[in-house]
Amino acid sequence: MIAEAGHYALVLALGLALIQSTVPLLGARWGDHALMNVARSTALAQLLFVAASFTALVMLHVVSDFSVVNVFENSHSMKPLLYKITGVWGNHEGSMLLWVSILALFGGLVAAFGNNLPLSLRAHVLAVQGWIAAAFYLFILVTSNPFLRIASPPIEGRDLNPVLQDIGLAVHPPMLYLGYVGFSISFSFAVAALIEGRIDAAWARWVRPWTLMAWIFLTLGIAMGSYWAYYELGWGGWWFWDPVENASLMPWLAGTALLHSAVVMEKRNALKVWTILLSILTFSLSLLGTFLVRSGVLTSVHAFATDPARGVFILLILCLFIGGSLSLYAWRASALKQGGLFAPISREGALVLNNLFLTTACATVFIGTLYPLALEVVTGDKISVGAPFFNLTFGPLFVPLMAAMPFAPLLAWKRGDLLGAAQRLTAAGIAALIAIALLWAWTRGGATFAPLAIGLAVFVIAGALSDLADRTALFRAPLVTAMARARGLPRATWGTAFAHAGVGIALIGIVCETTWNSEYIGSMKPNDVAKVAGYQLKLDGVTQRQGPNFREMIAQFTVSLDGETLRVMTPSKRNFTTRGSSTTEAALLTRGASQLYVSLGETNAEGAIAVRIYHKPLVLLIWWGPVLMAFGGLLSLSDRRLRVGAPKPAKAARALQPAE
Amino acid sequence: MTRKQRRLTMIGGSLAVLAIAAALVLNAMRDSIVFFSTPTMAAEKQIPPGKRFRLGGLVQPGSLVRGDNLAVNFSVADGSATLPVAYKGILPDLFREGQGVVAEGALDASGVFRADTVLAKHDETYMPKDVADALKKQGHWKDDYGAKPGAPAASAPVQGASK
Repeated sequence: MIAEAGHYALVLALGLALIQSTVPLLGARWGDHALMNVARSTALAQLLFVAASFTALVMLHVVSDFSVVNVFENSHSMKPLLYKITGVWGNHEGSMLLWVSILALFGGLVAAFGNNLPLSLRAHVLAVQGWIAAAFYLFILVTSNPFLRIASPPIEGRDLNPVLQDIGLAVHPPMLYLGYVGFSISFSFAVAALIEGRIDAAWARWVRPWTLMAWIFLTLGIAMGSYWAYYELGWGGWWFWDPVENASLMPWLAGTALLHSAVVMEKRNALKVWTILLSILTFSLSLLGTFLVRSGVLTSVHAFATDPARGVFILLILCLFIGGSLSLYAWRASALKQGGLFAPISREGALVLNNLFLTTACATVFIGTLYPLALEVVTGDKISVGAPFFNLTFGPLFVPLMAAMPFAPLLAWKRGDLLGAAQRLTAAGIAALIAIALLWAWTRGGATFAPLAIGLAVFVIAGALSDLADRTALFRAPLVTAMARARGLPRATWGTAFAHAGVGIALIGIVCETTWNSEYIGSMKPNDVAKVAGYQLKLDGVTQRQGPNFREMIAQFTVSLDGETLRVMTPSKRNFTTRGSSTTEAALLTRGASQLYVSLGETNAEGAIAVRIYHKPLVLLIWWGPVLMAFGGLLSLSDRRLRVGAPKPAKAARALQPAE
Repeated sequence: MTRKQRRLTMIGGSLAVLAIAAALVLNAMRDSIVFFSTPTMAAEKQIPPGKRFRLGGLVQPGSLVRGDNLAVNFSVADGSATLPVAYKGILPDLFREGQGVVAEGALDASGVFRADTVLAKHDETYMPKDVADALKKQGHWKDDYGAKPGAPAASAPVQGASK
């Protein structure tokens, strides 16, 4: 009954999306306010129905109704409740339902909080959202219906893939989707602007908070996925340049570029045409990511060819939306008026440089991800494009980007003073040189590249801090004045500084982890001692335990440093009987930002167990960096300028409301 | 500067960055791309010792020999040819005899494949995609691999070990 209700709600949501995608457009054409307002009510109603549908699927998973194919294939009655719920999006059908639910959520948010938008713009934006939603509802209903029943219900389910039974992966997909799908808003705004043929600074001010929100979620989502891979896959890697990861990195790079170009558009009314293009590209890359992960094309080009229903459907959606929006862009972009002038050395110029490098870096990732697929389709040759390719292309492009990063906030709009900016960055430059010199002396000719990279990171962080110090007149004025000025500083300025510093911090983590990572791999018997980076790990013994839906072998290590016992670490290996597969649960010991990482291999006949121990210096900075970036984004989002929004048309009723 | 000059500066700068990026990509394509072979293909192509490639196939049942200090020897077979593989380190959880595997490394002078990375794919069927494709092509694969594309929801479904 629940399944049928959920299915029916989804069909109704499709109907509403179809109305939403047509009626408001007619209303905008005829100038009919009532018809344009249909967009608002249908968007909200659509959200209601798709939420009902999603709730129905969650209910089915919670009560373990194995008469539904989706529940049978991905759940097990013994699975903990948390993973019963998160298992909903641990499979294809459920994750697509989550995707459209989030799409409807964003549409609903625009409908609910977009009261200050011009009526026709809102109608257009919601109509475009309606098109996307309708396409994906159709996709779900036609090819991946999560509510299908089995004729003769089995007693027990097949269980969720054990590596997915983890809290990190439970939160990761929703975060990532909030990011992916959030960019649909800037896409809809861009298409609406192209349809209307009108775009101004106010447009950028409406779009920026949505883009920023999507970017924050995507940043956190990617970081979380990376941390999950680090501790769950059991060998301490945190980024593999796997196509699935690249699929999420590409929209992030384009979205970061979009954030920056939208600033230029908002402040200076320039780069309009480019910003529109970036909005379209960012969401297109999100769609591409969905296609890559969901069509099975990565699992195998042949699997895609033999079971083409889903893949071809998503490919059609992809071509329709990307092709359609780009054609519209080619047709209408010339109608948009060119914006303000600026010299190459200026804040605008710096932001253009940022865009240039980010989009180029994005393009190299794109090539590295799709080239093997294209080659396999065309010639049948199989190649793998791995980390070396991306290190050789992505790395060199990020170096100038980061070197230029501290300069941008110090340059004035329109015409900047590069020499002046350089002078104000002297302190940061000196800090970077000191860091390089110290590291060089300390490692004494070990790695030459690492100290330079850390120097760059220190330059970025110190540059962000000195920009703040400069603006608050810290060290120049009395502390009280500086405090007052710090409070008066726009939150967006703080946000920029935090986000930029976050990039530097992540870089330090990446460099330290890859350069000074030390490891011990060997087989150990009880009472054996392994030494890694000064730590001593003694294997106390191995015990067995029965979990809810797995058996677990736990090894206990006592960790000591200089004869002093620190803690006990208990890595384990879980065996999931239903699927006959096992997972490695690594044990982590955090010391500051560094971690000791222990994971287990197989046991041999004499009772010795294969053990992998890593010491990863400053590894946590890799994820603290993105968290700081997201925090900076959040600060920026709370900026008064963005909350107040674009100038509102004066209305009597509005004036009576309390101030925000 | 006039508007035209400014625009030229912009376009020139963008072209310069794009050219650098293209050079980087081409350079990286030449040096860091690794081809995939099955034992049969490796024999046909006569891959010289020292050239890195990815070897894929099934772990020959009964061929797994564990030595001291986590040294492992096994053979990779694809139905018509086998190739001995030597590896030192911990094998991934999903590694087992009779199942698909992908190893990256190079042949040594005696014709043994020295692997520095061994990968196994997380999937109900334990079959890395390259292996499944190659085996299908050679007609040694019956089960319909990939009937359920994209079973794991997100990141990095590849599990591996490298030393």
